[in-house]
Amino acid sequence: MTFVAPPPASAHDRTPDGQSLHDQTLSHDEVLRIRNDFPVLHQLVNGHPLAYLDSGATSQNPISVMEAEQEYYEQRNAAVHRGAHTLAFAATEVFEAARATVAAFVGASENEIVWTSNATEGVNLVSYSFSNASLGLGGPAAARFALGAGDEIVVTEMEHHSNLIPWQQLALRTGATLRFIPVLPDGTLDLAAAAEILNSRSRLLAVTHASNVVGTINPIDDLVAMAHAVDALVFLDACQSAPHLALDLAALDVDFAVFSGHKMLGPTGIGVLYGKAELLAAMPPFLTGGSMITTVDMGTAEFLAPPQRFEAGTQRISQAIALAAAVDYLSHTGMGRIRTREAELGRRLVEGVTAIPGVRLLGPGRGAERIGLVAVDVAGVHAHDVGQFLDETGIAVRVGHHCAQPLHKKLGVTASTRASTYLYTTDDEVDRFLVVLAEVGPFFGVSR
Amino acid sequence: MTSSAMQQLYQQIILDHAKSAHGAVAELSDLDDAAQVASADGLRRAQSHQVNTTCGDEITVRVALSGAGADAQIDGFAWRGVGCSISMASASVLNDTVRGTSVAESEAMLDLFREMLRSRGTIEPDEEVLGDAAAFAGVSKYPARVKCAMLPWVAFEAALLQLL
Repeated sequence: MTFVAPPPASAHDRTPDGQSLHDQTLSHDEVLRIRNDFPVLHQLVNGHPLAYLDSGATSQNPISVMEAEQEYYEQRNAAVHRGAHTLAFAATEVFEAARATVAAFVGASENEIVWTSNATEGVNLVSYSFSNASLGLGGPAAARFALGAGDEIVVTEMEHHSNLIPWQQLALRTGATLRFIPVLPDGTLDLAAAAEILNSRSRLLAVTHASNVVGTINPIDDLVAMAHAVDALVFLDACQSAPHLALDLAALDVDFAVFSGHKMLGPTGIGVLYGKAELLAAMPPFLTGGSMITTVDMGTAEFLAPPQRFEAGTQRISQAIALAAAVDYLSHTGMGRIRTREAELGRRLVEGVTAIPGVRLLGPGRGAERIGLVAVDVAGVHAHDVGQFLDETGIAVRVGHHCAQPLHKKLGVTASTRASTYLYTTDDEVDRFLVVLAEVGPFFGVSR
Repeated sequence: MTSSAMQQLYQQIILDHAKSAHGAVAELSDLDDAAQVASADGLRRAQSHQVNTTCGDEITVRVALSGAGADAQIDGFAWRGVGCSISMASASVLNDTVRGTSVAESEAMLDLFREMLRSRGTIEPDEEVLGDAAAFAGVSKYPARVKCAMLPWVAFEAALLQLL
């Protein structure tokens, strides 16, 4: 199988807000060619062709990503940033080239990109670095990260647990207060409340770029302006945006961001933490040990500059290289085109589910901006049963609370059924989902 | 068109129990520790709350025992929960199965039910013994759903354990 070569990305590919829909969509033929690069998609599940509508949880890998990892182990495997032999140099070179590729993909500099095991680890890294600063580590330069009683950490009701619990824990460790921006019934953030909640005591705003449950794309520009006006730092969860739209973190002016490799065609075991260079330079480390120091004596240690300061121990070398291959694949296809295509799929899903009696679309309604996913509640039928019914016909969706219990509570459900798309999703797969979804209520004998 | 596999899993008995669940109550107030020792009616009560972390299903099962030891009777049974049709139907069937039985009998049923669910479809249930609980034999072919069916029974077992 060969690598797809769609037309090069257009000039609109990298808009600051990622909202540009001027790019041409991916044609049906292009989607079919893309699918040829994803072996896992070509299989039968329960006697039906697999319709993989769970990319919001984890995406599939193109051959080029798997080959990049294999090539590394076959040709260059060695310890990076140490050793004076040829293989060690070769490994370091591709490892750092991967960092440059990912940095360029999100509008960052190389020294602003820290490898982590996953996005969750990135959130924890920052929260524990703040803890360490609160204990006085990092000296006066790190005082800006120190929290205590009277300080406030602001999150939203829409967050994935991974962008909530580390901040709950940070508040518990430091005595800071955790506050939250509520979600409105239509699945958008209450910006009027946000304007009240962000005040001179706010030190950090942690917010998701796009909701993993309802698909809302949050107005990050507005939120950053509000937070920065009161000197609060902004931590962006970009897990659901980095894979799906052209992301320019410098233009967004967020202070920190995280995203995960496995949601953007990359392997598991690799995530990215972005931090503005001046902030990373002032922040004390979280994990300490080998590979992150300059000089060590039995009592003290001096640390390397970022990003190495935050990369203790042997790194995820093959995963970083494979993630760069994934980023190349996405860039080659064009993030603007992927965005346009997924907006189409999102509209098809929204229009389809809202036409089925007894099915309630959670979050933004028709016409609203969203990433290519929908979460629904089928009246009288639990999401787990809906998912089972769909799986029987080879349709893979996510059911449950999608690691966002507070949001589900707010929307009045304990669990939902989520169909999420990616660049390899066909119209036919969405239509199959809609047809089977309409059969769920009648099968379970729900009267309406 | 619905596949026979779905009809095997979601037998009519299960769908019926899920729709009108037996023993379900709208509220269960917290029990104080004293309730385990004795209460005015001479019954000893305990309850257990269990969560299926995969989907967030929750159930609280409360039992009330009269007498002591293996001869003790399950005089009271109530549950409250939210979840899929498998877990809700299972709670309803559990109510019908153990209410009024002795502790020894209910434990025997629990063992049979668990054995059937862990069999991956290899155990043909004895409907004479298991009653409506036999309808869950189809669930055993779906390992991801075994937890759903077991959830109320695990809560029941944990509540009982507090009183033995």
